[in-house]
Amino acid sequence: MEFMNPSIFKENARAALADKDLRSAMAMLNAGMVPNRQAAVDRLPEFTLLSQRGRELKDHVLGNLDFYLESFERNCKAAGGHVHWCATPADAQAAVLKICRSVDAKTVTKGKSMIAEEIHLNEFLEKHGIEPVETDLGEYIIQLAQEPPSHIIGPAIHKTKDQVSDLFLKHHAKLGRTERQTEPPKMVNEAREILRQKYFDADVGITGANYLIAETGSSIIVTNEGNGDLTQTLPKIHIVVTSLEKVVPTLEDATTFLRILARSATGQEFSAYTTISTGPRRPDDLDGPGEYHVILLDNGRSTMLGSEVQDMLRCIRCGACMNHCPVYQSVGGHTYGTVYVGPMGAVLSPALLGVSETQHLPCASTLCGRCEEVCPVAIPLPRLLRQWRERSFEAGKVPGLERWGLSVWAFFARRPWLYGLAARLAVRGLRYLGRRQGRLRTLWFAGGWTDGRDLPAPEGQTFQERWRRQQAERQRGGAAR
Amino acid sequence: MIDNSAKAPINVGLFATCLVDLFRPTVGFAAAQLITAAGCTVHVPEQTCCGQPAYNSGDRRHSQEIARQVIETFAAYDYVVVPSGSCGGMIAVHYPELFTDDPEWSRRARALAAKTFELTAFLADVMKIDPVAAQYDGTATYHDGCAGLRELGVRQQPRELLAGVAGLKLEEMAETEACCGFGGTFCVKYGEISTDIVSRKTANVAKTSADLLLAGDLGCLLNIAGRLKREGSSVQVRHVAEVLAGMTDQAPPIGENGEG
Amino acid sequence: MTEPVAKSGREAILGAIRQSLGRPALSADARHELNEHIDKHRANLVPARGKGDHAAQVERFQEMVRAAACTVAVVASEAAVPGAVADYLRANNLPTQVTLAPDEWLCGLDWDSQSLLETRQGTAGIDDLVSVTPAFAGVAETGTLVALSGKDHPTTLNFVPDYHVVALRASQVVGAYEEVWARLRKANKQGRGFTMPRTVNMITGPSRTADIALTIELGAHGPRSLHIVLIDDQTGKD
Repeated sequence: MEFMNPSIFKENARAALADKDLRSAMAMLNAGMVPNRQAAVDRLPEFTLLSQRGRELKDHVLGNLDFYLESFERNCKAAGGHVHWCATPADAQAAVLKICRSVDAKTVTKGKSMIAEEIHLNEFLEKHGIEPVETDLGEYIIQLAQEPPSHIIGPAIHKTKDQVSDLFLKHHAKLGRTERQTEPPKMVNEAREILRQKYFDADVGITGANYLIAETGSSIIVTNEGNGDLTQTLPKIHIVVTSLEKVVPTLEDATTFLRILARSATGQEFSAYTTISTGPRRPDDLDGPGEYHVILLDNGRSTMLGSEVQDMLRCIRCGACMNHCPVYQSVGGHTYGTVYVGPMGAVLSPALLGVSETQHLPCASTLCGRCEEVCPVAIPLPRLLRQWRERSFEAGKVPGLERWGLSVWAFFARRPWLYGLAARLAVRGLRYLGRRQGRLRTLWFAGGWTDGRDLPAPEGQTFQERWRRQQAERQRGGAAR
Repeated sequence: MIDNSAKAPINVGLFATCLVDLFRPTVGFAAAQLITAAGCTVHVPEQTCCGQPAYNSGDRRHSQEIARQVIETFAAYDYVVVPSGSCGGMIAVHYPELFTDDPEWSRRARALAAKTFELTAFLADVMKIDPVAAQYDGTATYHDGCAGLRELGVRQQPRELLAGVAGLKLEEMAETEACCGFGGTFCVKYGEISTDIVSRKTANVAKTSADLLLAGDLGCLLNIAGRLKREGSSVQVRHVAEVLAGMTDQAPPIGENGEG
Repeated sequence: MTEPVAKSGREAILGAIRQSLGRPALSADARHELNEHIDKHRANLVPARGKGDHAAQVERFQEMVRAAACTVAVVASEAAVPGAVADYLRANNLPTQVTLAPDEWLCGLDWDSQSLLETRQGTAGIDDLVSVTPAFAGVAETGTLVALSGKDHPTTLNFVPDYHVVALRASQVVGAYEEVWARLRKANKQGRGFTMPRTVNMITGPSRTADIALTIELGAHGPRSLHIVLIDDQTGKD
């Protein structure tokens, strides 16, 4: 499978469907995530109301985004932090590098951050001689495998236990760990022991942020492993890489989102660690970073504002949409060829990368609506997917044959008489082909269907022709009476 | 059928859907019989398709043209009833969205949307019919079509109606609310993914003891039946209206030829 | 950090936001209204389970922390805390060295009563196995401990050692997160507002991961175990 190339979605999907390891990993995901979330939601009767309030809050913030970002900046600075406004990924990379260089950093530890993925920070740091060490276990696994994340909260969710076991043996042997570990507790422990010293040795710690609080100038991370806290507490500098839409007005407002985030994401009541960070360590603190920097990335978000995909900016990155998406459940995240995957990725990626390269993503959906149903901030994902389809159609990105097919079909659909004639012919033809078993095993123009399914044969006449004949007979019968 | 009551007859326009028109006329007749039995007069004006293939492909212009045609054709009826949550959702939810910048058509689209119902919702919620007088000996499982479920809130209605069918036992499968992978043109454009999705559905069907799979959408039914038959399953597949109308003797199960 | 690049980024981004919203910077009146929202920092919706009388909340707190894989020992008075810590170490076959948060109240307890315990105060070192810290509050709605960084509570104590023991008084247990924020605003009041500590840690159970084949394992990077010594400082007070 080729990573980070959304234009070969179909080829990737084929490879994914043939990948036994991926299929077994996805089967576990599907069996766990859906019922876990439902159980968590059921345990909190106020979930729906909280979710509505969350949606309103996000809309309120987006309508006043300039104000809240300025408030955040002012309060962050007042607490001794620094805010870096970065219009593009390159600006953000440069800002991070400059800070790292200021302490002559050799290694940086990293907590999980999708913005760091979005700006491809690891590759960039490596190119400039700085070693990034991923500390979230999932991120660590995919860093070893040199793969992008396949899920926004479980980056290595596509890997089976045995694959991780192989990876650890391959990469840890040179660290003196030559015994293969096959059970998760021992594997987790091995990674823990290897990463421990790295936290203490790193010059800079980089985390993401789930929320920024305007009122206090704070950033919040929500994690389970504790790696984010070690990452941001032990080095000299803590850098938060985040994006504009993460800001919320107050602590109390952030609290509303915290109540819906973990429940939607993993089905936990609350993640193990929710950490609010404000500025660098205080003069009499005994630990903590000496500097606190917030990289505020725009990368197209200011343009999404006020556009027909503005609703996407409400996203709180819980991953519920992908956990519940039938397409994601089948093909996994790498198939999308983008940093953000699943339904939220299929809506966000065209905004970040343009519609041409990403045109498959909005199309590769059954529009079943389950993503919208489980979205804790009610993003109308199917509507937004359709909107990208419209943009793609307008831009002439729809393949010629499909466009031609639609035109021919529309030509008939707008002429009921002609349509009826064509339909009567078509059903007779199909009936003839499927007469023996009542179904067709192959059909030359519908391989997409018949490769994996039979096509039930039509009854042989259209409903409308039978109905009209029946009505006519009844009328005659009625007249005779 | 003659309306014996003194009240004005309730005129229902039956939007059969293109798939029923082409593949399964029996569903149209079953729907007509149920609506008639509920005390309404059924009309089937000349019709083609609701326009979903264009709408879901991003072809707004053609969607609007087809929507205008449907709106004009069905404007005069008291209700429009559709034996499909998907096509029902297209008319009741998406038509108004198609004309947001055209006040006149927007008004007409909303007027039609307000009186358009999926078949089982119409029978259970609007006409509040008594238990149907049908009989079916066997165990059925029910697949919730996505659009009916999430756009129109159709969930309890078919189950309530099926509860009245003598001899029928309903056994729910796991993930009744999961998509079957049909998705209109998706099933052909991304056939392999679609096949994988429907295979999860058929696996859930197989885990029940049901000998019959029912749903309210012919798209889902063709897809699930197609996969079940490819897998060699003996589970029969029918539209819920066929069972409710007691018309299972009128046509062999979907994808079968009637000889077992 | 006020280099020109960042500055121009700032103006460009704020300008782009305003352009997309189709309006100039907010008027003084509009800003005033939004500042009111911040100043009032109203609670949104507090779930019913976060309300109710204190005894019930303490009960719920214990239930929820256990559900989050914590262990709990309830003691009758703060004097019993060192003994409870020693019991915990013994039960888990742990060495007897513990690092205490340099907190006046915690360190003022009679640690000498446990002759086998060796205590030291300070931040956590890489080899520290057990830490004992206080907490600012316990939240019943999800069994969450809240710890504030400061000279009396280094953050590393919450994350570096394998075993984290928290001494919490029942009177510190509240129903909902919002009550913690209210207590924090009061405790750290400064002028019209309040100061946030460098770090507010909300801790719900020990460290965990499900990153290998979705199997939940405790002790990913942070503590493998979280033990709460809950001091019943309220019985007989009401």
